[in-house]
Amino acid sequence: MSEIFTVHFTTLLAIIGMGLATYSTRLSGLLLMRGVVVQGRLKTALDAVPPAVLVAVITPTIFMTGKAETIAALITAVAAFFRLPLLAVIFIGVASVVVLRHMF
Amino acid sequence: MSSFSKDFKSGLADTWPMMLAFAPIAMLWGTLAAAKGFSPLEAMLMSALVYAGASQFVAIDMWAYPLPIALMVFTVFIINIRHMLYAASISRHMGEIPSRWHIPLMYILTDEAWALLERKALSHPLTLGYFVGIAFPLWPTWFLSSAIGAFIGTKLPDPALIGLDFAFAAMFITILAGFWKGPRTGAVIITSAAVAVLAKIYLPGAWYIVLGGLAGVAVAAIMHREDAQ
Repeated sequence: MSEIFTVHFTTLLAIIGMGLATYSTRLSGLLLMRGVVVQGRLKTALDAVPPAVLVAVITPTIFMTGKAETIAALITAVAAFFRLPLLAVIFIGVASVVVLRHMF
Repeated sequence: MSSFSKDFKSGLADTWPMMLAFAPIAMLWGTLAAAKGFSPLEAMLMSALVYAGASQFVAIDMWAYPLPIALMVFTVFIINIRHMLYAASISRHMGEIPSRWHIPLMYILTDEAWALLERKALSHPLTLGYFVGIAFPLWPTWFLSSAIGAFIGTKLPDPALIGLDFAFAAMFITILAGFWKGPRTGAVIITSAAVAVLAKIYLPGAWYIVLGGLAGVAVAAIMHREDAQ
């Protein structure tokens, strides 16, 4: 049992440091916006954050991994534009990537 | 039924597929952590406290003694800088949530939770119940599955075999479609993707996310017209 509950001091130190690093990124975005009046060009810029970051996050997966992933991403995008429910689109994406990986 | 529990249930209804995707990925992470000498409790602590999947995989990859703690903390920070943009963007839709909750809620703002919340915010202001219903259940799913993975220890089947590694990208594509507002969105998307590709090729680590995202945002700001509001 002791092995399950072992916690090394240096491991804990590293974990706490990394935890603070993550939380500071999440918290600073909130604090940065405190008291900021969002209108005009700033509003346009912030409105673009979701699409811009959503794309950037998945770019290596969908454009730089292989044909299977790129085609599966296209199929997923088509399904998404037909406004199918989220779960259905994810299922279509996952199923296409499995099939396409067998083909390529 | 109070509006909190009603909204919580509505959040849970949207988030449970992500819980299903989280579990095997966290278990895989747990097995990798165990291979580096983590006990199940240590794996659970790291998943509960760091709680950011991509950076956890990188940190475990860097895990070697003596621990390069400063470098690992810095690397995790860089990989997670995107959360700054998430928080800045989502905070604009939290006006109906009592402000004393804003700071603790940021702790559970993962990629998946943020994307689902932005999707909701397109049509409704966020409520405390919905935010908690979306984001909170993912947290114990992540850290308990990590502990289970570390406990099993032996190599689990790779989630990629059943395409689960693609679930995240598929969800992001779906939510992205909801943000389509015409050619201007197209320009933002193309710029963001192009800069992300270049940054991924030429820069180490996860700079591609922040640079791609900021490039897309810059293009939107440049194209801004006051009369278009």
